[in-house]
Amino acid sequence: MTILEVEKLKVSYSNHVAIENINFKIEDGEYVCLVGENGSGKSTLVKTIVGLLKPEEGQVNLNISLDEVAYLSQTNLKDLDFPATAKEIIMSGTQKHGKLAFYTKKDKEIYEKVIKDLKIEDLQGRRIGDLSGGQKQRVLIARALVRQPKLLILDEPATGLDYNITKELYKILENLNKENKMTIVMATHDLEEINEIKPRIISLAKTVKYDGDLEGWKGF
Amino acid sequence: MSDIMNLLSYTFMQRAILCGIAISFSAALIGVILTLKNYSMIGHGLGEVGFAALALAMALNLEPIAVSIPIVIVAAIVIMFISQKKGESADIIIALVATGALAIGVIITASTSGFGADSYNYMFGSILAMNTGDVILSIILTVLSIGIYIAFYNRLFLVTFDEKYAKTTGINVTFYQFLIALLTALVVVVGMRMMGTMLISSLIVFPAIIAKKFTTSFKGLVVMSVITSVVCFLIGIFTSFFLNMPTGAGIVLVYIILLAISSVCCKLAKI
Repeated sequence: MTILEVEKLKVSYSNHVAIENINFKIEDGEYVCLVGENGSGKSTLVKTIVGLLKPEEGQVNLNISLDEVAYLSQTNLKDLDFPATAKEIIMSGTQKHGKLAFYTKKDKEIYEKVIKDLKIEDLQGRRIGDLSGGQKQRVLIARALVRQPKLLILDEPATGLDYNITKELYKILENLNKENKMTIVMATHDLEEINEIKPRIISLAKTVKYDGDLEGWKGF
Repeated sequence: MSDIMNLLSYTFMQRAILCGIAISFSAALIGVILTLKNYSMIGHGLGEVGFAALALAMALNLEPIAVSIPIVIVAAIVIMFISQKKGESADIIIALVATGALAIGVIITASTSGFGADSYNYMFGSILAMNTGDVILSIILTVLSIGIYIAFYNRLFLVTFDEKYAKTTGINVTFYQFLIALLTALVVVVGMRMMGTMLISSLIVFPAIIAKKFTTSFKGLVVMSVITSVVCFLIGIFTSFFLNMPTGAGIVLVYIILLAISSVCCKLAKI
């Protein structure tokens, strides 16, 4: 089943064309990496898919409800400080369009399961600003996962993380894809750690330069 | 203590305390969101707009609240939406709106009644002159603020913490921005009578800034801000009465002292 379809997409900032003529389909259960050099349009594409940017031409067709999509934005984790606990931030991920703004018993059960799976039970009462970069990223991943998404979209999730934490993060994503059959679309420029997953590569340089398996890809 | 009991036997004082607690409560609730969203100065900007609206009401011999509520609501929405949609810094928009409104207010006042006692009261507050209508309005505003806060608490938290994320979930972020603008405008208009157009922003900003030093959670911040706001108001009103100071300025002074003490305590606790 096609979960996401991008057709003839063009996005511009003022007079500058960021991406154009982007076409691809993503099937249920795929692990897709959007790769490209800085300024190639990865973040613009991701933001357009999740609805933060409006396309000038073309369209993004999501064949699932927006409630089944979770997004992890590119965040400067060092500067992430806010008077809120990890629990408050993670629970906020259960909020959905058209649903009452109160947390249900089911939301709380999902929350308990997610923090147990990500091994972050001990972080729940701590202020987000007091956590390390890796812990903050786990909290944001947990916020995405409590939505129980079919499609997880990530924009440079390893930004600012050290080698070991990055490795751990990719392991979590691999498990979500393999065990939970979650479709993952990740903008990244770091492919070293995901070789084992053998993701589908969509290489961008304003437009799609390559779309296929990792073996056939010859670099940027 | 007996002096305070004597003071409380006066009707004007009872009205002032009821109004003050209600306005302090509402201002602290909305203040948490505004300070975290970097809209700390919006209260000041809207106070100036309120001054212009009151000057217009006096010139046209209309009911001040009836004129100022719609004007301040429109100004709040304009400030929020221009800074959100056009990406302009909130500080710049607030500065433009505030100085523009103040200039209009001064021109209207100077060309009509001149700067008399009424203008002074609007600019620096006159809590002891509040009437029964002010009490009712303040209590309605407080009930409305608490109701909206409870009903949309989780949504307001999400929109305050991560607006972009909220947009990607399909939640109508614009609606919540409108709600925040509306609540801010109501707090400013009702609070102007108590604190004056010049000092109203202190009621919005100080409680959240002080409470932020002692809390780790958003819920804790909201509760602590409300407690700080109400306690500072009560200390401020009694102190200003006994020391014969203007009430609004007295409350701000209490805030400043508490902020200084809390900052020192936090520094010492870290050593």
